[in-house]
Amino acid sequence: MLDSFRVALIVTKREVRDQFRDWRIIIPILVLTILFPALMNFTAKQAVGFIQRYGAPMVGERLIPFLLMIVGFFPISVSLVIALESFVGEKERHSIEPLLSSPLNDWQLYVGKLLASILPSLMASYLGIAVYLVGIFHQVGWTPEIVLLVQILALTTVQALVMVSGAVVVSTQTTSIRAANLLASFIIIPMTFLIQGESVVMFWANYNVLWWAIFGQIIIAGLLVRTGISHFNREELLSWELDTLNLRWGWRVFWTAFSGQARSPFDWYRREIPPTLKRLGLPILLVAASLMAGLYLGTAQIERFALPAGAIKIENLKEGFVKGLEAIRFVSVGSVPIVWLHNLRALVLATFLGIFSFGVLGLIVVMFPLVIIGYFTAAVAQAGISPWLFLTAFVLPHGLLEIPAMILAGAAILRLGATLAAPAQGRTIGEAWLYALADWCKVMIALVIPLLLGAAAIEVLATPRLALLIFRN
Amino acid sequence: MIVTQNLSKRFDDFLAVDGVTLTVGAGEVLALLGPNGAGKTTTIRMLTSVLPPWRGWAQVAGYDVVKQASKVRASVGILTEQHGLYARMPAGEYLDFFGQLYGLPAAARKKNVGRMLEKFGLLSYRNHRIGEFSKGMRQKLALARALLHDPPVLLLDEPTSAMDPESARLVRDSIHALRSAERTIVICTHNLSEAEELADRIAIIRRGRIIVLGSPSDLKQKLLGPPEFEVRLGSTLNGQKPQLPQGIIVTTQGANWLRYQSSQPEQLNPQVLRALLAQDFPVISLQEVVKSLEQVYLQAINMPDEIESEMEALDVR
Repeated sequence: MLDSFRVALIVTKREVRDQFRDWRIIIPILVLTILFPALMNFTAKQAVGFIQRYGAPMVGERLIPFLLMIVGFFPISVSLVIALESFVGEKERHSIEPLLSSPLNDWQLYVGKLLASILPSLMASYLGIAVYLVGIFHQVGWTPEIVLLVQILALTTVQALVMVSGAVVVSTQTTSIRAANLLASFIIIPMTFLIQGESVVMFWANYNVLWWAIFGQIIIAGLLVRTGISHFNREELLSWELDTLNLRWGWRVFWTAFSGQARSPFDWYRREIPPTLKRLGLPILLVAASLMAGLYLGTAQIERFALPAGAIKIENLKEGFVKGLEAIRFVSVGSVPIVWLHNLRALVLATFLGIFSFGVLGLIVVMFPLVIIGYFTAAVAQAGISPWLFLTAFVLPHGLLEIPAMILAGAAILRLGATLAAPAQGRTIGEAWLYALADWCKVMIALVIPLLLGAAAIEVLATPRLALLIFRN
Repeated sequence: MIVTQNLSKRFDDFLAVDGVTLTVGAGEVLALLGPNGAGKTTTIRMLTSVLPPWRGWAQVAGYDVVKQASKVRASVGILTEQHGLYARMPAGEYLDFFGQLYGLPAAARKKNVGRMLEKFGLLSYRNHRIGEFSKGMRQKLALARALLHDPPVLLLDEPTSAMDPESARLVRDSIHALRSAERTIVICTHNLSEAEELADRIAIIRRGRIIVLGSPSDLKQKLLGPPEFEVRLGSTLNGQKPQLPQGIIVTTQGANWLRYQSSQPEQLNPQVLRALLAQDFPVISLQEVVKSLEQVYLQAINMPDEIESEMEALDVR
C-alpha cells in the first residue's frame, strides 16, 4: 500500500514542480501569503483601535480570529483553479494519454493529482496564517488559544479538501477548461455560503460549532473523493470531445432501464419491480433503520423541549391537537387528493434535495415526520395518555401503507443521490444516474404513488373515525 | 505477443472497431493502415488497456487487457498520436518522470535516459525545456519515452509524422534496430512506403474491420493480381501480336513495349524471352512492373462491401 502511494506521489511531485515553474501560480500565492496577511494585520490594528474609541472592544476581539480564518482561506482559493484544470487541462494540452497509458492505477493518478492541487496552496495558507499571527502579535499582542488555532488549521485544510475534491470531480467529467470553469460555480456558491456561516460563528464566538463545520466538511470531502475515484474513467477522458446534452440518448438509456423487456404493464410489474426492489435492498434497510432512529430521536427531544402541562388536548381533534399549535393535526381535515398530493410534494422535495446531497438531505426530509410522531408520542405519554393507544388511533391505520411507501421512496432517493459516489460498474456517471432515476421512477409509479393514495384515503376516511371511536371511549 | 479475438469497441451508437481478430507474434512488425477514423487509434488504445473492449478480448504480452490492465500498460511502450509532452519540463527530467512511473530503479533510469537522449541526438538538450523543441525533436523525445523501459511490445501511432526526412530516417532506422526476436511492434501510419519498409505484415482497416491482412507481397498478389512484367523492344511492333507461351496474358501493349501477367515467372519468363527472340523481336529489357502498396491500399479501401464479404468467406485475409 505504501509503495502504491509512493507511485501516486511521483505524479504529485512532478505537478508541484511544474506549478512552481508557472509565474501565474507563484505570484498570486506570494501575494496571498505575504502581502495579504500584512494587509489583514493592518486592518485588524486599525479596526481594533477604531472600535476601542467607542468602547466596543469585543468587536475587535472577534475580528482578529475572523481575519485569521480569512487569511487561511484566501490562498486555498488558488487550489480551486489548479484542481479545475488538473485533468481537463492535460486533456486540452494532449498530454493526458501517455499518463493514462502508464501502469498507474486510477486511484494513484487521481490521488496524485488531488494532492498536487492541494499541497502548494495549503502550504501557502499555513504560511499566511503564520505571517498573520506574527504580525498581529507584534501589533496588538494577540495570540490565539491552541484549540482555536487547531480549529482554524483544520478548517482551512478541510475547506481546501472540499474545494479541490469537488473541482477534481468537475475536471474529470468535463471536456474543456472553459466548461470546468463554468461548472466551478457549483463549488464556489456553496463555499461562499459556508464561509458566511463560519464568519457568523466566528463573530458569535461559539467556536465549538466550528468542530461541526469541520466534521461535516470531512464527510463531504470523503464523498467527493469517492465520487471522483468511482467515476474516474480513462475512456471518457480520452474520448469525449464535446460537452453535449444528448437528450435522445438520455431518454433511450432511461427508457431501456425503466421498461426493461416488459410487453405490458402487468408484465412490467412482474419482471421489473422484484429485481428493482432487490437492488434497493440495502437502501431499504438503511432508510428503515433511519426512520426508527428518527422516531427515537423524536421521543428523546421531549426531555429538552417539554410541552407545558395541559397543552395536549384531545377533546376536539378537528381543531388541532396541541394548544397554541393548532396547525399540527394528526387527524386530516383535507380531501383524499389534497393529502395524497401533499405527501407526493414532500417526496418530490426530498428527491430534489437528495440529488444534490448524496441522498442525505432527502433522507432527513423522509425522517422528519417520524421525528414529529416520536416527539408527540412521548408528549402524549407525558400527558398521561397511552402512547400505544395514540399510535393505534392516529398513526397505525394509514401508517400501514404510508410508512412502507416512505421507506421505499426514501430508499430510491438515497440510491439516486448516492449513485454519484458509488462505483459506476462500467457505466458513465450519466448512465449510472439515469439507471438510478429509472429505479426511482419504477418504485414511485409501481408502489409509492398507489400506496400513498391508499394511505390518503384511509387517513381522510378511516383514521378520524377510529381516533374518535377510541378516544370517545 | 498480441492476440485479439473479435475485439470491438462501440461509442454510444458508433461502432469504432468491429470484430478485430489477429495475432502478432514476437519478433514481428505489423503495420495498421486505414483512412482517418477507421479505428486504428481505438484499437491501439484497447491494446494499451486505456479503453475497455465493448466485445471480444485481447491479450498483450500474455496479459488480459481488462483483467490485468496495469501489467499490460507496464509491458507496452506507446507513442501516442499526440506526443503529449509537458512543455515546461526539461527533456531529461521528463524521461526520468516516466522512468519512475514505469518502476525503473534510479540507476537504470539515469542510464536509460542518457542512452535514449543520445540515441535520438537530444543529449545536448537534456536540460532544455521541451517547449523550446521543434516538432521533430518532440516526436523523437516521445519515442524515447516509449522505449525507455525496454518494453516487449511497442505500439507506435504515426511515429514519423511531422518529422523532416532526415529525422524520419533516423526514427525508421531506430525501429529497424528495435526489431528483435522478443519484441512485437505495431505501427499505425499513413506513410505507405514506411509501412512497406518496416512491416512484416500489413493490416488494412476500414470502418473498424480488418479487410485485408498479409505480407506486402501477399497483398499485392491477392489484390492486384499476379506479378506484371514489361518487355521493351528495340523496334516497333507495328500492330503485331507476338506469339507468347500458354498461360501468358498480355495486359497492355505500346509501340515498342508490352506488359503481361505471369503467376509463374520463374518458368514462363525464360520461355517468353525465347519466343520473342525466335520471332526476331529485339528485346532490350524484361523487368517486373513495380506495384506500390498505395495501389493495394486504394484497391482495398475502395473495395465494395460484397467483395469484402466474399474475401472473408474465402478467408483470403
